[in-house]
Amino acid sequence: MRFDQRHLLGIEPLRADEITTLLDLADQYVTLSRRREKHSSLLSGLTQINMFFENSTRTQSSFELAGKRLGADVMNMSMQASSIKKGETLIDTALTLNAMHPDLLVVRHPQSGAVDLLAQKVHCAVINAGDGRHEHPTQALLDALTIRRAKGRLHRLNIAICGDIAHSRVARSNLLLLHKMENRIRLVGPATLMPAGIDAFGVEVYDNMEEGLRDVDVVMMLRLQKERMDGGFIPSEREYYHRWGLDAEKLAHAKPDAIVMHPGPMNRGVEIDGTIADDINRSVIQEQVEMGVAVRMAAMDLLARNLRARPTELSA
Amino acid sequence: MTRTLLTHARLIDPEAGTVAPGALLLEGGVIRAVLADPAGTEARDGAEVTDCRNAFLAPGIVDLGVKVGEPGERHKESFKTAGLAAAAGGVTTIVTRPDTSPAIDTPEVLEFIRRRANEVAPVRVLPMAALTKGREGREMTELGFLLDAGAVGFTDCDHVVTDTKVLSRALTYARSLGALVMCHPQDPGLSAGASASSGKFASLRGLPAVSPMAERMGLDRDLALVEMTGVRYHADQITTSRALPALERAKRNGFDVTAGTSMHHLTLNEMDVADYRTFFKVKPPLRSEDDRQAVIEAVRSGLIDVIGSFHTPQDEESKRLPFEAAAAGAVGLETMLPVLLRLYHSGELDLPTLFRALSLNPAKRLGLPCGRLAAGAPADLVLFDADKPFILDRFKLQSKSKNTPFDGARLQGKVLQTLVAGRSVYRSA
Repeated sequence: MRFDQRHLLGIEPLRADEITTLLDLADQYVTLSRRREKHSSLLSGLTQINMFFENSTRTQSSFELAGKRLGADVMNMSMQASSIKKGETLIDTALTLNAMHPDLLVVRHPQSGAVDLLAQKVHCAVINAGDGRHEHPTQALLDALTIRRAKGRLHRLNIAICGDIAHSRVARSNLLLLHKMENRIRLVGPATLMPAGIDAFGVEVYDNMEEGLRDVDVVMMLRLQKERMDGGFIPSEREYYHRWGLDAEKLAHAKPDAIVMHPGPMNRGVEIDGTIADDINRSVIQEQVEMGVAVRMAAMDLLARNLRARPTELSA
Repeated sequence: MTRTLLTHARLIDPEAGTVAPGALLLEGGVIRAVLADPAGTEARDGAEVTDCRNAFLAPGIVDLGVKVGEPGERHKESFKTAGLAAAAGGVTTIVTRPDTSPAIDTPEVLEFIRRRANEVAPVRVLPMAALTKGREGREMTELGFLLDAGAVGFTDCDHVVTDTKVLSRALTYARSLGALVMCHPQDPGLSAGASASSGKFASLRGLPAVSPMAERMGLDRDLALVEMTGVRYHADQITTSRALPALERAKRNGFDVTAGTSMHHLTLNEMDVADYRTFFKVKPPLRSEDDRQAVIEAVRSGLIDVIGSFHTPQDEESKRLPFEAAAAGAVGLETMLPVLLRLYHSGELDLPTLFRALSLNPAKRLGLPCGRLAAGAPADLVLFDADKPFILDRFKLQSKSKNTPFDGARLQGKVLQTLVAGRSVYRSA
């Protein structure tokens, strides 16, 4: 079992065996989290700072809970309201952070690459909780764990990722992870929401849901990211729902035991029909949230082990 | 009058397309004679003799489109530091851009910077002026006054004049004055907010990107206006293969059109950005390897006339930001020649072709007498060793700003000496 990372900045730098290591450990944390006594003291004495430059309740709570269950001292910094507005640069923020001696830093930022930049300047381990349209590694890992537990394996599956691929960091991280684990990936959605250069990704591209979902094992829906769109990518939400929204009729083309996933928060009636989302036989959306905490606990555990293996760094 | 004889040089003649051993006799700031005898025996009498030891001697570089931070951003670059960087890079004439703050859009500002430049810069400095007031694309500047005050061309730099009526009037007026207009071929709508070229790399990095087609669209529009107005037109940077057929057609149809490209687009591609390295953020963004190859071929064939550094000094603060937010541009005055020699060492461009694009063509386009190795031409020269290897250290550059993508790069080729009007302005240690 090996995990040779100092940070978790994306899926791109991970090896397949590192992903398996992390998921195996996360399985144990699922068990721990289902007990009445959920507390462990693995991260006792370590300081975790959650730094969100972009609003998020779900991901931030998930990281907070993961840290607390492992016994870390967790602090949340909402960067939207604070010094950024006063003109502080990311580098200055990093220097300020170093002075506080955190051990784990969880960062979300609206610009691609911003978390990498921060990681170059701080002394602690950094977890990317989503940067722009680049990566969201813990989301891909929790999706992978959900699939593995539902399907019994994480390879040789037909997986359709549907909807707003262009604006989605979730799609990029999932694409990278599912590729590394040797699955067949289809991207389904309107041509305006496909990233450029998609032909070079080694995926099958469909703009028709019925064809795209035919015989797949997993249907991953994405949220239509209205806030990242700068101009009309789709004619209207109702046309989008009609052509690409997941309803029973479209889902009927997938395998009978296909699972339905969504990273949340959902736009019911835009990309997914409410009854599908709530169908406990098909939807694993609630499990995804549960796996999120477990995967984040595993990631922090592994990074903390690597952190402890290094000599204490004195801040420069 | 002092006579200087440069002997045992390998003379790069971009007009003839040759490299040959020889000697140069300089007198009164001009080249008096080009001698085929490397020892220059016939001209030795009364001359101060310098042995070039078989190094290459070429006409000094005329760099079209250099940003100096005066007025407004002297902390990024002054005329003095830009001039020192130019001298160290074999650039003997800097043609400055008006994208300063405020923009160089009145004869008064133009006169101010000409005076500043002549006081402190060791090389020749020729200013361009803005085409529209404040580079805002609404009203043309006082083109006539600015021309009288010494503007060698007009450009709004990377601001595209979107209002075609405004642009067509400015071009018509410029045409009546015989002035050269330099435009940035780019469709501003399509490229809004982009910091990379669209494709797999930008998609994986999650960077907002522009299709390379936006360059062709911008060029197509500009060339239609050239056809309409008959203006003397120069496209600042052509960086994509898709834009080349339109350029070729315009030239074939006899329009007064030339085009440039940048040292960065000739030597780097989009993948060099790697993990969001902001020193590689330039405008237009770095392109695919296919585009880079096509642009090299266009320089070789002469379809692209000019290579420039598009020297754009930026301080550390404006670069140490997330990629999207970071400022675009790189310094290049001092690094251009050694960087471009990569193309010579790889066999992609020979030296006369390189100096045709670096010296001869930009001089011709601006109506300058330099850029040639011929009797009567100004003695603006660069002497260099094309093989000397070194590792570039950005903190050793003369520019105030150190934003070069070539920090730590292994390069081959060093400027030994730079002469402006026969006077030595740089000599390597």
